[in-house]
Amino acid sequence: MYTQGLNVADGDKSIPIERRDDPREAAFQRRVDAEEKIEPNDWMPEGYRKTLIRQISQHAHSEIVGMLPEGNWITRAPSLRRKMILLAKVQDEGGHGLYLYSAAETLGVSRAELVDQLLSGKAKYSSIFNYPTLTWADIGAIGWLVDGAAIMNQVPLCRCSYGPYARAMVRVCREESFHQRQGYELMLKLAQGTPEQKRMAQDALNRWWWPSLMMFGPSDAASIHSSRNMAWKIKRVSNDELRQKFVDVTVPQGHFLGLTFPDPELRFDAATGHWVHGPIDWSEFERVLAGDGPCNKERLAARRKAHADGAWVREAAAAHAAKRAARASRAAAE
Amino acid sequence: MERKDWPLWEVFVRSRSGLAHRHVGSLHAVDGAMAVDMARDVYCRRAEGVSVWVARSADIVASDPARKDEMFEPMTDKVYRHPTFYNIPDGVKNI
Repeated sequence: MYTQGLNVADGDKSIPIERRDDPREAAFQRRVDAEEKIEPNDWMPEGYRKTLIRQISQHAHSEIVGMLPEGNWITRAPSLRRKMILLAKVQDEGGHGLYLYSAAETLGVSRAELVDQLLSGKAKYSSIFNYPTLTWADIGAIGWLVDGAAIMNQVPLCRCSYGPYARAMVRVCREESFHQRQGYELMLKLAQGTPEQKRMAQDALNRWWWPSLMMFGPSDAASIHSSRNMAWKIKRVSNDELRQKFVDVTVPQGHFLGLTFPDPELRFDAATGHWVHGPIDWSEFERVLAGDGPCNKERLAARRKAHADGAWVREAAAAHAAKRAARASRAAAE
Repeated sequence: MERKDWPLWEVFVRSRSGLAHRHVGSLHAVDGAMAVDMARDVYCRRAEGVSVWVARSADIVASDPARKDEMFEPMTDKVYRHPTFYNIPDGVKNI
């Protein structure tokens, strides 16, 4: 993930424009320029705060919703080894969501508000998770491609100017590498298996390739607020640059598997040393992001149900803690 | 939808014996025991630590970053607190 849904749309007035005449703003920018980290209680422009709350919480939502497509296969993993790996990976995604929610909360937003924003459909999450996992090979493709793209996106975020976000990303990136490698290994097993297994791996690559490229977000030319986020060092590398890096490392990995990419225009350009891909269908991206993907409704419904089903646990735990605290203070009084 | 969060806890992990506990992040839990259990699941899935501390975030008293300069100013103008302030002749050993 996860910059894509996070680029503020054109005409969005919810992020205030900085007041260039504010000396605090100039001092803030000097700190950022000097690569100093900004910490929760430091003064920061409202736009910086709002941009970060939005980006970090959408990133967190993506991790949480991202548990669903893979969770779909836990009970049907083909071996105990694969089941243990998948369980650990999905647990990691939950952990990543929690690191990120905590980082967002340091900016003065409550967890309940963030969860509400997700469940009410107000907040966005990465559109990649609105695609279905139809076969077991999709679990391999997600690890290899989706987590691979996520790593490309997330590594520069480890150097983000906001301390708590950067520190959370360091933890996330450390864990993400296992996710990608288990996915590639899974694809390798299928690609070297029976013709039917190889066909399954190819089918998964065909379906996940373009959505993975879309994860990097709109082309730089169409990305309006990138420059300010760059100046604030929230964003370090442009969407197109990251996408190109991903294509360059991933295409040879796919060829090693003996698979082909669903892009007739894909070619190696010897002059630049880059793999050049064909045009991306941005109308599909816009459609999925706007809520009309194959699984948008299902994903939100699953999150709402999980939240509602867990309500009694949250209430009971709080009541139990209150009772124990009351008992302890009574005992202390006696 | 309920709006009330469980209390927030800061989590500190000792990565191995002999080292100090280090702040790793925060989480929500109803009480300290639950916070310790959750800290294990959230922050220690890969042998990151041998000991966990949790403290209610609300109980932490912090210095004000806006007053950083006056708060820490005495550290910079008292150079005589540092060993390099003192000139010792080359011939003197073990000091």
